[in-house]
Amino acid sequence: MLSAFILNKGEGSLEQDVIVRIRGLNKTFRGKAGTVVALDGIDLDIMRGEMFGIIGLSGAGKSTLVRCINFLEKPTEGTVEVDGQELGRLSKGELLAARRRMGMIFQQFNLLQQRTALENICFPLEIAGMKKAEAVKRARELLEIVGLTDRSDAYPSQMSGGQQQRVAIARALATNPSILLCDEATSALDPTTTRSILSLLKEINRTLGITVIIITHEMAVIEEVCQRVAIIDASHIAEIGAVDEVFTRPKSAMAKQLIYPDGERSRLATGKRYCRIVFDGNSSFEPVVSNMVLECKAPVNIMFADTKDVGGKAYGQMILQLPEDERAAKRALTYLETQNVHVEEGDAHAFT
Amino acid sequence: MLSPELWALMGRSLLETLYMVIVSTIFSYVFGLPIGLALVATDRDGIRPMPVFNKVLGFVVNILRSVPFLILAVSIIPFTRFVVGTSIGTTATIVPLVVSAAPYIARMVESSIKEVGFGVIEAAQSMGASPWQIVTKVLVPEAKPSLLVGAAISVVTILGYSAMAGFIGGGGLGTVAVNYGYNRYNFEVMMVAVVIIVILVQVLQEAGLFIARKLDKRNR
Repeated sequence: MLSAFILNKGEGSLEQDVIVRIRGLNKTFRGKAGTVVALDGIDLDIMRGEMFGIIGLSGAGKSTLVRCINFLEKPTEGTVEVDGQELGRLSKGELLAARRRMGMIFQQFNLLQQRTALENICFPLEIAGMKKAEAVKRARELLEIVGLTDRSDAYPSQMSGGQQQRVAIARALATNPSILLCDEATSALDPTTTRSILSLLKEINRTLGITVIIITHEMAVIEEVCQRVAIIDASHIAEIGAVDEVFTRPKSAMAKQLIYPDGERSRLATGKRYCRIVFDGNSSFEPVVSNMVLECKAPVNIMFADTKDVGGKAYGQMILQLPEDERAAKRALTYLETQNVHVEEGDAHAFT
Repeated sequence: MLSPELWALMGRSLLETLYMVIVSTIFSYVFGLPIGLALVATDRDGIRPMPVFNKVLGFVVNILRSVPFLILAVSIIPFTRFVVGTSIGTTATIVPLVVSAAPYIARMVESSIKEVGFGVIEAAQSMGASPWQIVTKVLVPEAKPSLLVGAAISVVTILGYSAMAGFIGGGGLGTVAVNYGYNRYNFEVMMVAVVIIVILVQVLQEAGLFIARKLDKRNR
């Protein structure tokens, strides 16, 4: 596992191998109210060693998708391949063994309430048939990784949410999995705790080379830790790509909705000319807009501006109302295009 | 009040009652616990769904539960004779007590086990736990406090049944209350037997709750 990780890092994006390959995945649930389609025609490749985000509104199907990766939900159609093994073809015993190579953490932590932190971490090892003394030794190592050595004898009811999630992470890592599935792992935590859990996940990804798959409904979580993201909308993948790419140039309606959840730009007046400019980390220090005004002698109106931190880089975006005069507007756009910023032109509707 | 002979009889009867209740409870759990676990595990949303088996098992449990204890005890006399060789006395009473209490306990166990959150079960499944491992390592340990509360209630129910068995020569405090108190109009004997049973119920119930509270690692 470690060697694969180093290989992956060394050769960059050229020789990345796929750890999870999903093809033609459909999942329908037959309930009292009829058949519900949870996932429809999902194709997805997740690379070894990456932190991959899956985002969507509640009910979009993202939780079902992550459960199809470890076959807690069996797909109605399609295949799921993990580490080269097609899960649908495995026997019951083989499937249980395959699940031990994937850890999973949950929104509600799902710790055993009648076991201490240490005993909770020993649990997957007991299931895998490890000897007690050996399991305890491994559990202590894991408590150290998640920074909870002093809480080993505490019961879940005696721990904070953040501590419980750390124990859950340690428990998920106990069997040395190559993949960690995180199902809304930070959604029940406050912002500060969320950040500390995310940085722990990042560290685990970096130091242990574990592929981390994060399910969330919060764009901020994806921005902070993921390299790539898939946006799920109504059982489909609406958009998939590098996080900075999707963030700066969202193509699908769902991506736009997630990135601008409050629909700030809907307040724009109609019928005028607008442009959206996006700064990346390199250009955000340049006074681009001031320079443009001075250079082109054309006043612009800033309708909306926002900055975000994506993977440690600052991204800013602005929506400018261009001058009424056709030539002045053209001049302003031409200037902006030479300034190392991403420019998109359109009327008010294009940005709402 | 009571003569020394009657007090001695009371003492012997108390021991008989304890013998019946303890042995019946143990055997009722030997049958009731697995049945209760099976009811949960084979449920439609259970860890090992077997809808037909579940329906049949539930039906049998309901039938046994719906027959009043005394009628059940009388109607299975041939079975009781077959098992222990007699139909009167304390050992003979244990048979109908178990037949009556095991389905009751199965339902108590079922409801306790169903209190275990689905999230914990799903977590265990995600770790590759088999259905059997989920039962033994997740469901039973996590439901332990609730199972103990159920056990206290079940013991008290069995004690009540055992006293009823006094009418059909079951032995124990019930028989004393019936033979000496009811048939011979000895009000004092009846009252003493009743008071002893009441104290027994209080002690068993409180002890069960106390242990359950002590063992529960939640909410502190």
